[in-house]
Amino acid sequence: MYSEKVMDHFAHPRNVGEIENANAVGQVGNAKCGDIMKIYMDIEDNIIKDVKFKTFGCGAAIATSSMATEMVKGKSVDEALALTNKAVMEALDGLPTEKIHCSVLAEEAIRSAIEDYKKRGGVVNEN
Amino acid sequence: MDVYMDNNATTALNKEALDAMMPYYTDIYGNASSKFYRVGRDAEQALYKMRESVAKSIGAANVNEVYFTGSGCEADNWAVKGIAYANKRKGNHIITSKIEHHAILNACEYLEKHGFDVTYLDVDEHGFVTPEQVEAAITDKTILITIMTANNEIGTIEPIKEIAEVAKKHKVIFHTDAVQAIGHIKIDVKELGVDMLSLSAHKFHGPKGVGALYIKNGIRIDNLIHGGGQERGKRAATENLAGIAGMAKALEIAVKNLDKNAAHCKKMRDRLIKGIRDNIPYCRLNGPEDEGRLCNNVNFSFQYVEGESILMMLDMNNIAASSGSACASGSLDPSHVLIAIGLPHEIAHGSLRLSVGEDTTEEEVDYVIEVLPTIIQRLRDMSPLYEDVEK
Repeated sequence: MYSEKVMDHFAHPRNVGEIENANAVGQVGNAKCGDIMKIYMDIEDNIIKDVKFKTFGCGAAIATSSMATEMVKGKSVDEALALTNKAVMEALDGLPTEKIHCSVLAEEAIRSAIEDYKKRGGVVNEN
Repeated sequence: MDVYMDNNATTALNKEALDAMMPYYTDIYGNASSKFYRVGRDAEQALYKMRESVAKSIGAANVNEVYFTGSGCEADNWAVKGIAYANKRKGNHIITSKIEHHAILNACEYLEKHGFDVTYLDVDEHGFVTPEQVEAAITDKTILITIMTANNEIGTIEPIKEIAEVAKKHKVIFHTDAVQAIGHIKIDVKELGVDMLSLSAHKFHGPKGVGALYIKNGIRIDNLIHGGGQERGKRAATENLAGIAGMAKALEIAVKNLDKNAAHCKKMRDRLIKGIRDNIPYCRLNGPEDEGRLCNNVNFSFQYVEGESILMMLDMNNIAASSGSACASGSLDPSHVLIAIGLPHEIAHGSLRLSVGEDTTEEEVDYVIEVLPTIIQRLRDMSPLYEDVEK
């Protein structure tokens, strides 16, 4: 049911974890629906220097989080904002129809982190 | 090591059952309705013997109370719709529970669209329905009560005998879906006092695509499948002789070895439950503790993780299991059974069902206990919900 790429990103997810002192954090989804994605970014001079994720969800949720973080790492904020769920899906060689929402969630998670960055004006939250 | 722990989903075909099937694919290929030549008569006689065997295995008083179907699902559909339509002049009310198999629930929902009223009884936190609840729901319009013998997800064994007494007292027809129970607990339709009972061959090491509905003599039921005069005119279609032969043989074996098999499954089940509890924090056993639980069913919820991910990681370790998460069920909602016993959605999403069998070994159980904690920890380390727990 899943492509080899999805299985690879599920079995060996890239960029799992948290970033201490991240200056951009975004979380989307809810536990009731069965998936939550949280993205941490370290953005310097509008460039995403580092990105990590934590995801509660199915295989596709984990794989799309992994792929989306791979795709925005090292990119500018504007480039990351242009990332679409379709691009994430294509990079994974497709997703089953009922899993498309996972790629949408990944796109929203990236966007949510960057919105957080813009809101803060680059300030690191101390908590 | 390859470990199959999804015996509540289906079971491997018994070799003896397969051997019993083969002649009907090769030598005795006749149509059991074609009585004017030998190969047809041979088929007809064989079919009678199979019916006799199934009737004996479930304690039916009469051979012709056993009707063969294409599946347990068909038997359930037939029971619900057939009774509803045959008795609609008497009333339009059906009583069932919230944790029935979808074969029952979706048939009831269909009937609701056609003028019938259905009461879906709540269950307690372990999945039990009480005879008192059933009695309280009966009205003068009630024509059918259908409550499963044992639940397929969390293994709850319902008080069928007591519910049958209530049904009898109020002269309401009582059907039980025993698909998950047969081969694991003793089933005797006379002792249980049920009017109808569904079973499915592939749950007790018989072949897929064959089931049966026990209908006590004197019960009026409409056809679900119209056509020829097979099954005493109640269920059209040329009989699946090979499948029925396999079912009859598998059932004979299951009944003969019931005590031995149930004791073994229970031992494996309890080893698994203990192993999981001892090694994984923040977990919860869904369904009854011991008494009232199917001997082969284990169902846990693991907080902060999602079921499909657990299944995929188990599969990478060659362990086959199932989950009640929305993703695993292919719908938006997690298992209706887990919601009915009161689990919040997020806990229901993290459920895992491991169902053992007669062939499950201690080594296999120990392998699962060795692998599973690592999988759960790995997924928790990835889960944003677990962050707060660590802190």
